[in-house]
Amino acid sequence: MTVIKTKFDRRSFLKVSAAASGGLVLGFNWSCTPSPETAVKRQPPSEWFDVNAYLSVADNGQVTIMSPNPEIGQNVKTSMPMIVAEELDVSWDDVIVKQAGLNTDAFTRQVAGGSQSIRQGWESLRMAGATARKMLVNAAAEKWQVDASTLSVADGIITNANGETLKYADVASMAGTMEVPGEVELKDPKDFKIIGSGKGNVDIEEIITGKPLFGIDTKREGMVYANVLRPPAFGMKLKSFDDTAARNVSGVSQVLQFGDKLAVLANSTWAAMQGKKALNAQWEKAERLESTDYHDQEMRAMLDKKADEPRRNDGDVNTAFAAADEVIEKVYEAPFLPHNCLEPMNFFAHVTAEKAELFGPIQTPEWTRSRIAELLGREEKEVEIGLSRMGGGFGRRLYGDFALEAAEISDKSGKPVQLVYTREDDMTAGIYRPASKYKFRASIKDGEMTGYHLVGTGVNMRNATREHNWPAATLDNYLVESHNLESNITTGAWRAPITNFLAYAEQSFADEVAEKLGKDPVQFRIDLLQRAIDNPVGELDYDPAKFIGVIKLAAEKSNWNQKEEGVFKGFSAYYSHNSYVAEVAEVVKQKGKPVVRKMIVAIDCGIVVNPTGAINQAMGGVIDGIGHAMYGDFSFVDGQPQANNFDRYRLIRSSEAPKVDIHFVESINSPTGLGEPTLPPAGGAVANAIYAATGKRLYKQPFTKQDITLG
Amino acid sequence: MAAITLKINKKSYEVDVDPQTPLLWVIRDHVGLVGTKFGCGIAQCGACTVHLNGTAVRSCSLPVSSIGSSEITTIEGLAENADHPVQEAWREHDVPQCGYCQAGQIMTAASLLAQNPNPTDDDIENTMNGNLCRCATYNKIKDAVKSAAQKS
Repeated sequence: MTVIKTKFDRRSFLKVSAAASGGLVLGFNWSCTPSPETAVKRQPPSEWFDVNAYLSVADNGQVTIMSPNPEIGQNVKTSMPMIVAEELDVSWDDVIVKQAGLNTDAFTRQVAGGSQSIRQGWESLRMAGATARKMLVNAAAEKWQVDASTLSVADGIITNANGETLKYADVASMAGTMEVPGEVELKDPKDFKIIGSGKGNVDIEEIITGKPLFGIDTKREGMVYANVLRPPAFGMKLKSFDDTAARNVSGVSQVLQFGDKLAVLANSTWAAMQGKKALNAQWEKAERLESTDYHDQEMRAMLDKKADEPRRNDGDVNTAFAAADEVIEKVYEAPFLPHNCLEPMNFFAHVTAEKAELFGPIQTPEWTRSRIAELLGREEKEVEIGLSRMGGGFGRRLYGDFALEAAEISDKSGKPVQLVYTREDDMTAGIYRPASKYKFRASIKDGEMTGYHLVGTGVNMRNATREHNWPAATLDNYLVESHNLESNITTGAWRAPITNFLAYAEQSFADEVAEKLGKDPVQFRIDLLQRAIDNPVGELDYDPAKFIGVIKLAAEKSNWNQKEEGVFKGFSAYYSHNSYVAEVAEVVKQKGKPVVRKMIVAIDCGIVVNPTGAINQAMGGVIDGIGHAMYGDFSFVDGQPQANNFDRYRLIRSSEAPKVDIHFVESINSPTGLGEPTLPPAGGAVANAIYAATGKRLYKQPFTKQDITLG
Repeated sequence: MAAITLKINKKSYEVDVDPQTPLLWVIRDHVGLVGTKFGCGIAQCGACTVHLNGTAVRSCSLPVSSIGSSEITTIEGLAENADHPVQEAWREHDVPQCGYCQAGQIMTAASLLAQNPNPTDDDIENTMNGNLCRCATYNKIKDAVKSAAQKS
């Protein structure tokens, strides 16, 4: 049993529990019950007692657990409450999950990003459950006048030495007045009952019956819909406009300017969109109008320059390269990518003299609240942010620009406003995955790799590399440099930032080096990692033994060493978000063209909280990685995006998605990231398999636009 | 503007809208059934799929004036007790990630099975290809459609 100090201090705990001891009974809408079957079998709860900010218990044995973090499809709304329920010792069937709004007094890090919800929340969620359990047990002990250590708990029922029982609900109000324990005992992972067992998505009923669940579904009394016209190109600003025709569109109530944008307010989304089309706006150049050709030229030139400061420099690569028998040098190039969440950006705002109420899909509510407070000149405490389920995030909803727009439009119009982007707005007012380029060099001497040099650059990327990742620490001579191309095109985090492309480049290059050395790609990686175990060079930021673990598991599950007629395999392995992933792509030829048939994936992400959701995440990441490597392309001419909807921007579809087999390493280590880590290795595995099938190396994405016919 | 009567999920609705308004926005904003989703507005993603006399159509690209007396079914009206074989299969396979496209996926799958109760893998793939899933739940969608076909 792990014993850890609680992080709830007495003061903050009391702030939350005071309401309960003051006799507050939470209102509860019985119709929200997730399972109709449960409703039939069980009496409705008549009283709810707050135990702490995470949970309240009802007199009928049900428990409401608040899910603190934003839900973007990574399934934390199911897995985070599972962790609380485990330590609380209740049956999962008794749990009702609700989405918490932004509450920085009660919760820490209410962010969806960096695959961190579970790994950052692991301890606090367990403690929330364990602390509540201990206080409930202590209350029962006091009631029975016995020592708490003589009591046992199962499924929310406390039993004493005489076999008498008390339900959590019986002692819940008393528990709220108990002293907060200074330390709590956490379960041994081998005793987990809920964690590690697959639980279905807690929102499944709402999803499959079309209940209002997403930000775009928001409806409020007196609400108007807003659609916004923005400059047509990065670097342009509004010169003048005529809104006469727009205001004459049926349903349009108002047109207002904010900054270089025009908002059309109407009684329906469609009317707002029609009003926007009827606007007559003139634009003028305010800054440099950048094109992809310009970015390409600038970045290619950077790859040949020495950086002012290396990101990492072990040994002396110059000497290694000078002494080499052979040098391999390859350049890999990535386009911009839009996020394309299927639910377009949107947000609800109602700004009044009293407060600003915001509701919608946002990955960073806390940061967004502070920016909205600043924008409106209000106190942070006057800004409320409620969280809806999100129709995808992928990094786009980290930025909150759409929430700020909604707040400003509501502030200026005085109305409750639902801002909705069209797909065209969403794709052209993006915060894109930056275009980037990488040059890899390896020196070969006497059949071994003796030096490694990586230069990276990207649009607004600051650091385009992950300098401490493999093969760092495995080579005596290792140099990583990074350049940056400043641009007025907005770029930002896109699922697995940097590594979503860098991993493909690195793993393709590794395949090429292994081939040159006459080594099997799997053995090549293992040999280098063994060096990092035996005698690491410089800083070692990853665990080479875990890395070897997933590499061997993927090799085993894919029968890597067995040749199969007509099947061509490619290997890739990558460490990101504290997780280790190895992937094997199987390519077959159909009508002479290579087609990705299957992916075999091995993952070490520590304890898997919810295997069902984890498999979903892992499969999704792999197919997302393949889809964007194969088809993702986005370019600019004079600051203007060259695609604005799915007719000219290709996303992977059902028939193009391979079968994905997922294998988790069994682990008792604390959970690490999973929303992102399966994406980075996918492109490299596919590129290496396509090489095996065709003899052609791929150096640019998207693969479908290279000199190779793909199926 | 025009007064239009629509039959949605066996109920009759009167709306006063621009006749060119796509069915999607009438359903969402005027009738107030928001299960049908907006994804692209150009019939490329399938998020807005509803049934018109039992056949899957993209409601974002159908002017409301073209509907006439056709029976419209949305995700809310697919089955009274949310027990359509496709919904059951979606539960069983725990298909959704973000969930946004799933109403459209379910409506497309339900229409497929109504017309072709024993679809081949190719039939399923060809039909479901019109529905994008940005989270890439494609493996589970295929498995769930197969399960639903076996049970219906």
